[in-house]
Amino acid sequence: MKQWSIAVAAVTLVGALAAATETKSFEKKLSNDEKIQHALSRLTFGARPGDAGAVQRVGLEKWIDAQLHPESVPESGVASERLGRLTTLSLTSREAVQKFQVGQAKQKNGPQVLIRELTEAKLTRAIYSERQLEELLVDFWFNHFNVSVTKGAVRFLVTSYERDAIRPHVWGKFRDLLGATAAHPAMLFYLDNWQNSSPDARRLLKVKQAAGINENYARELMELHTLGVDNGYTQEDIGEVARCFTGWTILQPRLGGEFLFNPRTHDQKEKTVLGVKIPANGGQRDGEQVLDILARRPETAHFISLKLAQRFVADEPPAALVDRMAKKFRETDGDIRAVVQAMIASPEFFSEGARNAKVKSPLEFVVSAVRNTGIDAPVLRLGQKLVELGQPLYRKVEPTGYSTMAEEWINSSGLLARMNFAAELKHPQAGSPEFQRR
Amino acid sequence: MNRRLFLKHSAVAMFGFGATPLWLQRAAFAADAPRKKVLIAIFQRGAVDGLNVVVPHGDRNYAALRPNIAVKDSLDLNGFFGLHPALAPLKPIYDAKQLAIVHAVGSPDPTRSHFDAQDYMESGTPGRKTISDGWLNRALPSPPKPSPVRAVSMGTSLARALRGSNAAVALQTVDGFEVRDPAYEAMYAATVDKVMGGAGKETFEAVKLMESIRKRPYTAKYPNTPLGQSLLQIARLIKADVGLEVAFADMGGWDTHANEPAQLQNLLTQFGAALAAFHADMQDRIDDVCVVTMSEFGRTAKENGARGTDHGHANAMFAFGGGVKGGEVYGEWPGLAPDQLYQQRDLAMTTDFRDVLGELVTHQVAGASVSRIFPGYGAPKFRGLVA
Repeated sequence: MKQWSIAVAAVTLVGALAAATETKSFEKKLSNDEKIQHALSRLTFGARPGDAGAVQRVGLEKWIDAQLHPESVPESGVASERLGRLTTLSLTSREAVQKFQVGQAKQKNGPQVLIRELTEAKLTRAIYSERQLEELLVDFWFNHFNVSVTKGAVRFLVTSYERDAIRPHVWGKFRDLLGATAAHPAMLFYLDNWQNSSPDARRLLKVKQAAGINENYARELMELHTLGVDNGYTQEDIGEVARCFTGWTILQPRLGGEFLFNPRTHDQKEKTVLGVKIPANGGQRDGEQVLDILARRPETAHFISLKLAQRFVADEPPAALVDRMAKKFRETDGDIRAVVQAMIASPEFFSEGARNAKVKSPLEFVVSAVRNTGIDAPVLRLGQKLVELGQPLYRKVEPTGYSTMAEEWINSSGLLARMNFAAELKHPQAGSPEFQRR
Repeated sequence: MNRRLFLKHSAVAMFGFGATPLWLQRAAFAADAPRKKVLIAIFQRGAVDGLNVVVPHGDRNYAALRPNIAVKDSLDLNGFFGLHPALAPLKPIYDAKQLAIVHAVGSPDPTRSHFDAQDYMESGTPGRKTISDGWLNRALPSPPKPSPVRAVSMGTSLARALRGSNAAVALQTVDGFEVRDPAYEAMYAATVDKVMGGAGKETFEAVKLMESIRKRPYTAKYPNTPLGQSLLQIARLIKADVGLEVAFADMGGWDTHANEPAQLQNLLTQFGAALAAFHADMQDRIDDVCVVTMSEFGRTAKENGARGTDHGHANAMFAFGGGVKGGEVYGEWPGLAPDQLYQQRDLAMTTDFRDVLGELVTHQVAGASVSRIFPGYGAPKFRGLVA
């Protein structure tokens, strides 16, 4: 009997999928019911029982508008209550080191407690928060500006990073988000900029520890955070940007210290970045000026728009859509809310070509399965499952973050783990081919 | 019981006479065919510092470029190069003329982006982003009844190098490769979602084959590291003779921008121990099994300000087994003097990585053709790595 109902469910979805996978029409409009289903699959972590009816009652446009202005959405009691129990979420990095650094006086548990609570918080919000689009954006931007707890001191810094550098800026100006990540100790440590210093520093100051250019951050800043790979910059630009960021370091990096600009290790000479002269003796302003330049380049507007469209619309989004978003980005000086709004308001967003076109990442799969059943799943177990599924949270080693593309996630190992997860959840439909799409 | 009999008997046990499914016919077919040669590609993600792995201690510029991180106690190979001491387990294999090294090898594309360079090295088409399949997938011929586990990628995702038109399986462990609800097979067979349906079909065929392998105990010892365990799984598949032809494994963490000596010591210890364990385990069939290692690019010749190195250009590759003539460091040495460095900063490239892979793959995979595997690569110059 169980198998029959699964087979029937699979067959009823067949028609829609055939259209989505074969015709890919971004011009073909959706019916009202389809629009609601689609909005729930793209602008939330997956529909819960009753969500479609609720959106219908409020009206789709009003619901979208509320998601775009989450401060107007009352937060769920379950989410608030459970997050309240996670005491490490409000710690400063210094407090985190004092409490959890092995060998510290106040230490009872190791730093894994910090990551456990972060994982619990992320999954709790993803499953229960009423501000779903905000949580999707926090996930998107953290992943865009990825740092990994697998690298040294980052494990003590990432709680603050998500809370202080990412979360407050996901609806704001891109430049502010970029600036917050650039100066956060987690990023400074993860991409080694805290050690990036003028080659003259050793000779002049006898600072042995810090004595040379480290171009790791400079490169990823342009390749991954702003312009996009091979998009209008050269190796010379990378070297010049690295010079601009010399002296951007961390006060007491092993103690969870704050951002520090150290003029003694900064290269004070003139630089040229993407053809723009940055005069000598600019100090900390050099780095800020680089961020200004990069945030306002048209390549950045396009790259960020493309990445958002790849997450929210399709692996290969229509060029017209991306161009429209990029134009909005430029017109609003990188206002993220305006760009997201423009994306959702575009005809391509609610189109046959977009519907069911995306394959869920493991995080999206696990959370949507739980939301779909409406059951109360133990979130820490879900965190473990994500390791098996290939997406351990906060542990993506590479600065690229996790891919949102289908080719990354459709494979035998992943499919098996998904089917077995669904069986364990006693929700076999979640293992079906159709459920893997959103 | 010989292998072919085992497969036939297990078919009978599971399905009864007259109902031998296609996958088992394939496996039986594979068992009748001559034992397969296997090519194993290992990717060191993050760009390993080849200059501190196969150390050019005979180049007078080496030590001066790296006052804080030069390897001073390398294990001498030929009076000019030495192995990093953490790779001591590989030294006897080199001395036995089984392990070959190619130095100053790399990609002609100038990119220093991990993302791009890995992509190019896995697609096998430097500078061309439009090629969606990988070189290792294109290396496979298309026989009428391929084994469902002829191409295996270790880990939770299918490596770029193995994506393409030939079926390939992503695998974490043989033991864990099972499906707990039998209803799914029909569900995936019935879907009109071609992408999901295709992935499902490959998966279920491989699941059944893994079941037969799981029943046989495997006792060889491997280090309990990610690469060690990946090679253990590959070894199980090889020894089960289920038609494995190519396998891919990777190991991350090589992006040593800071504090390189300690990191490299740790990483190379893992790397060398895993390779040596695999080599020892494969002694009875070392001529059939070939291992080749690669990394997206090398690192700056000069150390940076954090006892590390930044992104560079050419690198070193290892190969053993499969008729490889070892005990030699192949390739011309370009030198480390300022005017000899690529863009005045990195080891220059004198061998294209496709020359190495092309030579090994054509020797190892029957019917492989270099022009198909590396489209647009006109005239490969093989280094004479294989006998």
